[in-house]
Amino acid sequence: MPIHEKSLIRPENLAIHEDLTIEGVDVSGHWSTFIKSRAVTDYNEAMEQEIAALPGGEYIHRCWQCGSCTNSCTVNAVNPDFNPRYWIYLIRLGMEEELLRDKDIVWQCVSCNKCTYACPRDVNPEGVMKATAHWLELKGHTDQKPSMAFDEIFSAQVFATGKIEEGRIIRQFFARTGQSLFQDWLLALARGLAKRLPVGLLARLGFAALFRPRTSGWGRAQAAMAEYLGEQQAARRSALGIEEGAKR
Amino acid sequence: MSGKHRKVAYYPGCALEETGHAYNRSTKELGKALGLELVELENWNCCGAMEVKNLDPKLQTYLSARNLAIAGKMGFDTVMAPCNGCYHNLKKAEYDLGHDAGSREVVERLSQKAGHETYEAGGVSTIHALDWIKEAIGEDGLKNRVENSLKGLKIANYYGCMYTRPRHIFPEKDKGPGSESTSKPHFMDDLLAAAGADCVEFPLRTACCGGAHTLSDSDISTKLVLNLLTTAEACGAEVIATECPTCHTGLEMHQVRAEKVFGRKTRVKILYFTQLLGMALGLSARRVGVQENLSDASDLLRQKGLG
Repeated sequence: MPIHEKSLIRPENLAIHEDLTIEGVDVSGHWSTFIKSRAVTDYNEAMEQEIAALPGGEYIHRCWQCGSCTNSCTVNAVNPDFNPRYWIYLIRLGMEEELLRDKDIVWQCVSCNKCTYACPRDVNPEGVMKATAHWLELKGHTDQKPSMAFDEIFSAQVFATGKIEEGRIIRQFFARTGQSLFQDWLLALARGLAKRLPVGLLARLGFAALFRPRTSGWGRAQAAMAEYLGEQQAARRSALGIEEGAKR
Repeated sequence: MSGKHRKVAYYPGCALEETGHAYNRSTKELGKALGLELVELENWNCCGAMEVKNLDPKLQTYLSARNLAIAGKMGFDTVMAPCNGCYHNLKKAEYDLGHDAGSREVVERLSQKAGHETYEAGGVSTIHALDWIKEAIGEDGLKNRVENSLKGLKIANYYGCMYTRPRHIFPEKDKGPGSESTSKPHFMDDLLAAAGADCVEFPLRTACCGGAHTLSDSDISTKLVLNLLTTAEACGAEVIATECPTCHTGLEMHQVRAEKVFGRKTRVKILYFTQLLGMALGLSARRVGVQENLSDASDLLRQKGLG
């Protein structure tokens, strides 16, 4: 699939001339090669370094803009505005305002790693997407996105018990994002399963919900990971110039 | 049959204890039927799945490395993980600890503080359930043991993302004839064909089901899954064979969600490859946990004389 570069030119930046003749040729009307000239002065020169300081963003400087990431991207096929190549370009130039136009979709990367597989420069575009989504959140440009809430809930359980209990994650995630557990499709799934009455499985799920599965003697691993994560998060805030104690 | 992997360490992971229990059950039953011994890792922990790395990638490496260390302590040099997520994370930990001093430093520090052995790169290697059957039994070994051929069953083999990407963490793949391919994986096709199935040409074998965002971005996941289901049907498949609990449950959930939310009904059934191989070896549908799947394949299986 070609990259639809023309889709990156917004209508307000197209020059339309009602009456223009150049060297005897009439070029009036909607002519997409005429782009209004503009001077960009508000570069954020720190942006590339800040994103490179977050996990996954380390190799953004290697990018030579071939577009293999966007070509192979799962999400781009569903939503053409999801464009890793373009975002890496904006970040490296420091065009923060342009990047912020897409701030609410960056988190939608599904980590399929097709980009990382295709990238000839080992940029790790999947990691750059995660770093960028975190940067947007840490800088306060976006609220916490659903996938980040899910990551937090899931990881908190792993840190607490060494294992996860799926029912608990689903309940906590739906509660945090204000969704009802009683949705048509969830009920249909439950009804389908109940009809076949897999007693062993239902007993197993019930047991896990009551007595959370856990790794024994996990306390020391939990403490070591908490200490490490605390250090890392403080280092990230400091790299982004965020004061200690500020929101997230 | 090479006699390899007759006895390996088994890492089921969290999903196989709950929603993916049918995969756990059928993997164990398959091992039993083939005379392969699985010894579950003692006191294992979550590998980090697709979430912990988004808080910190090195914590995920530590979580996976702890499991590899347990396998080593139990005297194994091979650990078999049927879940693509677990398999991927353990392989990634092996790679990172072999190539990145920073990862080694963090894993060493955390392992010491947690009070257990530190996994040393190269000590234990991870294989997938597909490698396990392929290398321990092989196609010929399977053919000899088939009691109830899958003949007539048209299958689209779905491998998902984590089994082949990114390729640098799978150094044993792409090594020419006999090895697995990262661009067009075929181990599941090989095994199911040996069991008598008619494997259809399925171009989306390594496409993404949106599993990482299956609940947090459900509409995109439903679209991606619907694409897989309709393509499998267009390729003539009656069944999609899976080798990952996240993909499997995602396909099942979003098949129902596509019907309820988008009004798009698809009929293709979803079964673990271990369930299909188990039934080919003469195990009953119940024995391989077909009743534990969300996608009800019982009518089709009866019609085909399986289960």
